Amino acid sequence: MNKSVKNFDKDRLVLALGAPLLALVAALVITSAVIGVTGKDPLHAFYVMIDFGSKSDSQVWIINKAIPYYLAAMAVAIGFRMNLFNIGVDGQYRIAAFFAAVVGGSLTLPGFLQIPLVIIVAMVVGAVWSSIAGLLKVTRGIHEVVTTIMLNFIAASTIGYFLQDGRLAVKDGNLFHTPDIPASSHFFTIPTTPDPIDGTLILAVVTAVAFWFVLGRTRFGFDLRAVGRSETAASASGVSVKRMVVTSMVLSGTIAGLVGMPTLLNKSFNYGTDFPAGIGFTGIAIALLGRNHPIGMALGALLWGFLERTGTQLEFEGYAQEIVGVMQGVIVLCVVIAYEVVRRYGLRRQQRQVGEQLAAQARRSDTNKTKAGVSA
Amino acid sequence: MRRVTKFAAAVTTTAALALTATACGESSTDSAGKKDKGVGLAFDVGGRDDHSFNEAAARGLDKAEKELGVGSKELTAGNDETEADREQRITSLAEAGFNPVIGVGFDYGKSINKVAKKFPKTTFGVVDSPSENKNVAGLVFAEQEASYLAGVAAAKKTKTKEVGFIGGVNNALIQKFQAGFEQGVKETDPKVKVTSQYLYPTNTKGFNDPAAAKDKAKGMLDAGNDVIYSAAGQSGAGSIEVISKKKGTWAIGVDSDQYEQPGLAKYKDSILTSAVKNVDVAVYDLVKSVKDKKPMKGTTAFDLKEDGVSLATSGGFIDDIQSDIDKAKKEIVDGKIKVKDTP
Repeated sequence: MNKSVKNFDKDRLVLALGAPLLALVAALVITSAVIGVTGKDPLHAFYVMIDFGSKSDSQVWIINKAIPYYLAAMAVAIGFRMNLFNIGVDGQYRIAAFFAAVVGGSLTLPGFLQIPLVIIVAMVVGAVWSSIAGLLKVTRGIHEVVTTIMLNFIAASTIGYFLQDGRLAVKDGNLFHTPDIPASSHFFTIPTTPDPIDGTLILAVVTAVAFWFVLGRTRFGFDLRAVGRSETAASASGVSVKRMVVTSMVLSGTIAGLVGMPTLLNKSFNYGTDFPAGIGFTGIAIALLGRNHPIGMALGALLWGFLERTGTQLEFEGYAQEIVGVMQGVIVLCVVIAYEVVRRYGLRRQQRQVGEQLAAQARRSDTNKTKAGVSA
Repeated sequence: MRRVTKFAAAVTTTAALALTATACGESSTDSAGKKDKGVGLAFDVGGRDDHSFNEAAARGLDKAEKELGVGSKELTAGNDETEADREQRITSLAEAGFNPVIGVGFDYGKSINKVAKKFPKTTFGVVDSPSENKNVAGLVFAEQEASYLAGVAAAKKTKTKEVGFIGGVNNALIQKFQAGFEQGVKETDPKVKVTSQYLYPTNTKGFNDPAAAKDKAKGMLDAGNDVIYSAAGQSGAGSIEVISKKKGTWAIGVDSDQYEQPGLAKYKDSILTSAVKNVDVAVYDLVKSVKDKKPMKGTTAFDLKEDGVSLATSGGFIDDIQSDIDKAKKEIVDGKIKVKDTP
């Protein structure tokens, strides 16, 4: 008995390491082939990426870039954990950041009051925006994919309406942006050389710990995952599925509200026509890449930042600009496929083992019976 | 509890590793070469071959390469970029020793003015954005003036008395095109109705989404507009294509003389004229000034007066109304007509 437990653990370890390894090798092979087809040297490309990506200023850049990606991935992952596909993170973070910027730009409170206020406004707006999709799902039965996509467009148009001179924005050259947030309410930075790391890294880490704790260590998290595995089983055991849908959409939107904060409080200090869009969709890819796990997603976000940092350098070295986009897509696909392949392999293996054990048991009881028959 | 400690330990180690790693190691600036390599040019979304805005800049660069014998390096912006991406692109060009470093498009305004501080010996240029630094040349254009003339042409040529304007992104820059066009139409023929619409409220994807421009143009044609002016970068090709398929309707191009664009040759018989923005002249002038060791400084405005913007005549479709255009042009240059830059 003891021996089989040990064996089982070793198998699990092999399976757990197998998937990422398989994904990595497959992604490397495929991207090498793609670069090769464009007539360039793939090995040199990887050398450029590693060499440039490991420079100290690149490291800072990558970490700063990964912060909003990580937050977006967590917002998406909460939905994924219970089979909810929140595609609306993109609209949620933008409208949240916009109204947070409006509030931040119109007040001049001391920083220790105003920074939390801006962040709370963002979280509330994000939550309200995503709750629309949640409520429509439970009351009218509309699928959240449809509503969240539509809400993205509505968010963009709403922002577009208010982001005009004389409404909630001011004109600055060829840009419109909300009034600047006063310097006293800028988020701190962590002094590293050569460039500082954004202090909003703290936001991401705190969110990650909360994410892990709530999903992994609380009754609520258990219910949420139970609904994700099987709605009927969950409701049979007394979980209100409708309530879980609304709550998790609200939670997802709350985290989505944070996605714009690193940019708003550490970089731009206003919401302008140049505010980054599309981070919500990047978040979906990273959540897939990181398997909805806080550490996996952190690594995924850093990998994404690394690829974007080194992508410009590749273009500089004469490689096609699109190579990095191809790499990102290939990596996500490889990870998803590799995990599925390994999962199925593990399942088959387990079935076979169980089958063998049962057969052996049957044989034993058969021989016992014959023995019993002989002796009788 | 054990898992909590394990998790906390993992987080702290990762954070600590990340922080210590950043504190040491060589920065990419340290190892960069510092030779004078020619012009570093960063395109806006859509890239060199957008038949419009970027292509105008590319023409200026090509001319500089040929006539001044300078080298060059081109990089292109992607969709959904952040300030960090643009800063990196500009920095890598400056670091590698390119001089001048030029950003095409107002999106580069902030990043160029920021990066320029780190490279005081390099001259930077930014199209469509003002200069905020000693070593930055802002190259801005009076798009509304050329658009006014486009409006005059549209008002004279329309038969249905309905004309349209398609903007790529509803921002302050494109609103200058809209304002000039609307004013030009109204002051030429108050009976003509102008419909102005945008592809995207804020997303710069509006400058490289020809499919969206196709749909928009189709809707406008169906509603009875027979002259449509598109200020949408690469997207404009989409509306021109749709317009070319309906007889008796005209497209007005933007930024480059789109009648002369090889990529649009199939549709050129439907391109009435183009509101040209001579980005090529601006880029060439800047490169030349650096080559002559007298780099341009501050913000330079290119307007109708010194042919910084103009209305294209190729194709000869507006020859019959040339006198009206010339009259309007003279009045703008003389200051009799004040063209608004906001709608």
